[in-house]
Order: sequence, then structure tokens, then C-alpha cells
Amino acid sequence: MNNNLIQYIYGIADNSLILGQRLGELCGHGPSLETDIAMTNISLDLFGQVRSYFQYAAKLIGGDATEDTIAFLRKEREYKNVLLVEQPNQDFTYSISRQFLFDVYHLLLLSELQNSKDETLSAIAKKSIKEVSYHSRFSSDWIKRLGDGTKESHNRIQTAINDMWIFTDELFHQTDADKAMVAEGIGVDVTLLKASYYKKVSSILEEATLQTPSIEYFQKGGKQGIHSEHMGYILTELQYMQRAYPNMIW
Amino acid sequence: MKNWPLWEVFIRSKNGLEHRHCGSLHASDATMALENARDVYTRRMEGVSIWVVPSAQITASNPENNGETFEPAMDKAYRHPTFYELPDELKHM
Repeated sequence: MNNNLIQYIYGIADNSLILGQRLGELCGHGPSLETDIAMTNISLDLFGQVRSYFQYAAKLIGGDATEDTIAFLRKEREYKNVLLVEQPNQDFTYSISRQFLFDVYHLLLLSELQNSKDETLSAIAKKSIKEVSYHSRFSSDWIKRLGDGTKESHNRIQTAINDMWIFTDELFHQTDADKAMVAEGIGVDVTLLKASYYKKVSSILEEATLQTPSIEYFQKGGKQGIHSEHMGYILTELQYMQRAYPNMIW
Repeated sequence: MKNWPLWEVFIRSKNGLEHRHCGSLHASDATMALENARDVYTRRMEGVSIWVVPSAQITASNPENNGETFEPAMDKAYRHPTFYELPDELKHM
């Protein structure tokens, strides 16, 4: 059992899982019917990707492990998603800022993961990249609309971007599992994505007439399993069914 | 978003078929209308092409005039091309 590979898969898939869960909270609560469906479509895309990753991880783990035990029965510290994706929805500007700041990263990551020596990861990346290209277009469009919209929308999206900014640096931190997988030609060296990420983000913010925040202090911890106070609440909802009715299926 | 205009959505289900009206949605402009149409109306592989048209651009017949508009055609069955003998080779008429 290649523990580094399993941890590496969690590092990628948990981002999609937790973000998918956050977006799922908007089901029936989006600002309009159209955006409600768009956000929950993105959620379902992400969950679809998570299933592929976790089915692969379950195979590597062996025994009784399934995609469900990995998704629903781990403890908080065992989830390796970044802090960015667990941030609450608050209002549409926060949801779309979180989405935008993640999508730009996600697209860069998958573009590189396509070249992984691991055939399964490479195949998942190739399949997911079309979905994520759309996510990125959708969230970027909304950043531009809100930034270049009214004074009110401009101020609110700027505030949301500023508040989310401290979670961006963590995307480019490497765990030990990351380093081991990069060395084997399986993992993506995220440190190399950083420059293109901030360049792309800044260019869209500029187009949206928004300021790129110049904040020097960043939050981190999620990749090590040290999460924000929001994570417990997310897992309570996410895991409720399997905890209350163990092994239930439908 | 209450102020967003209404758009009519037409989807072509596969190449070679015509675009068909499938519903309407709200969007602030044509680009957003296309994206919304993609998300609302093509999530179950319904289409290969989307048209959106501002609902305000559609000129519709007045239901109050349905009598004079449509009823005169009702007793003119001879306008249907059903009185011709068609050769067997001719399909899909």
C-alpha cells in the first residue's frame, strides 16, 4: 500500500469534496434559480470527480475500504483539503470569490496532472478538465460582472476577495506526500504553479476593475489536517447519514 | 435580479434537427443567458447548440383574436395534403 499516494489523492480530492459540500448547501438557496442550478451543477461535477479519486484510493487501501468509507468515515484531522474551500458561503460574493480563487488553481493543477505517470490520475485529470474549464469561466465571468457592476457590487466583491485572499498561499504549500509524489513523477509540483496562478488571478481582477490584495500574511493548516472552526460543522452534515445509519445505501 | 430581462431558450438536440423552444430564463445580458441556458436546460445532455432570444423581441399573436385568426382554417380539411396517392418509395411525408 503506497501511503504517500493515498495521502496525495486525499490532498486533491478533499478539496473537491468539501467545496462540493459547500456548494451543495446553496441548493434551493441560490440568489436566483439560474445561479442556484449553476452552483449545484458545479457541486455535482466536483462530487463526480471525488468519486473517481476515492474509488482509486479505496482500491489502493484494499480490505473493506470503499469510496463511501473514505468520504464519510474519516475524522476531521484526516481530511487534507485547504482552508479556502471550507470557508462559509455568507453571501454570493463570498461563494463566487472562493470558487474563482479555487478554480484558477484547480485548472492549473489538472493541466499538469494530465502528465502524471500514474495512469489513473492522469485519466481523471483529462476527464475533469472540461468541467473545471467551465467552472473557471463561470466564476471569472461573475467576478467581472460584480467588479465592473454597480458601486455596491464592486465594494462587496472586493471585500470578499480581500477576505479570501489569506487562504490562497496554502494552495502552493507542499506536504511530505506531495514531495514524494513529485519525486516519483506522479504528483504535480504546486510550487511551480504559483506564479501563473497569481498572474491569472490578477489579470481577471484587473479586468473586473478590482484591486489585487497586497496582503502578506497567509493562513495555512488544512493540508496538514488542521482545519478552521467551520470544518466540524461541514463534516457533521456530510457524515450524518453514515454515522446515524452505518453502512446504509440507497 | 428581479430586474433581469426574460430570455427564450431554443435547443438543438442533435445535429441536423432544428432548434426547439424549451423554456425561458432570466439573465442580465446575452452572454449570461447562454451560460444560464447551458446550466438550466442542457444538464441532462439535451443539446448540441443553444439559441437565446430576448422575450421582448418576440411578437406574439393576440389570444383574444384566436377566433378570427385560427378558426377559419378548421373546416378546410382539403388543405391537408391527404388526398394524394403517395408512391410506396416515398417515406416520411
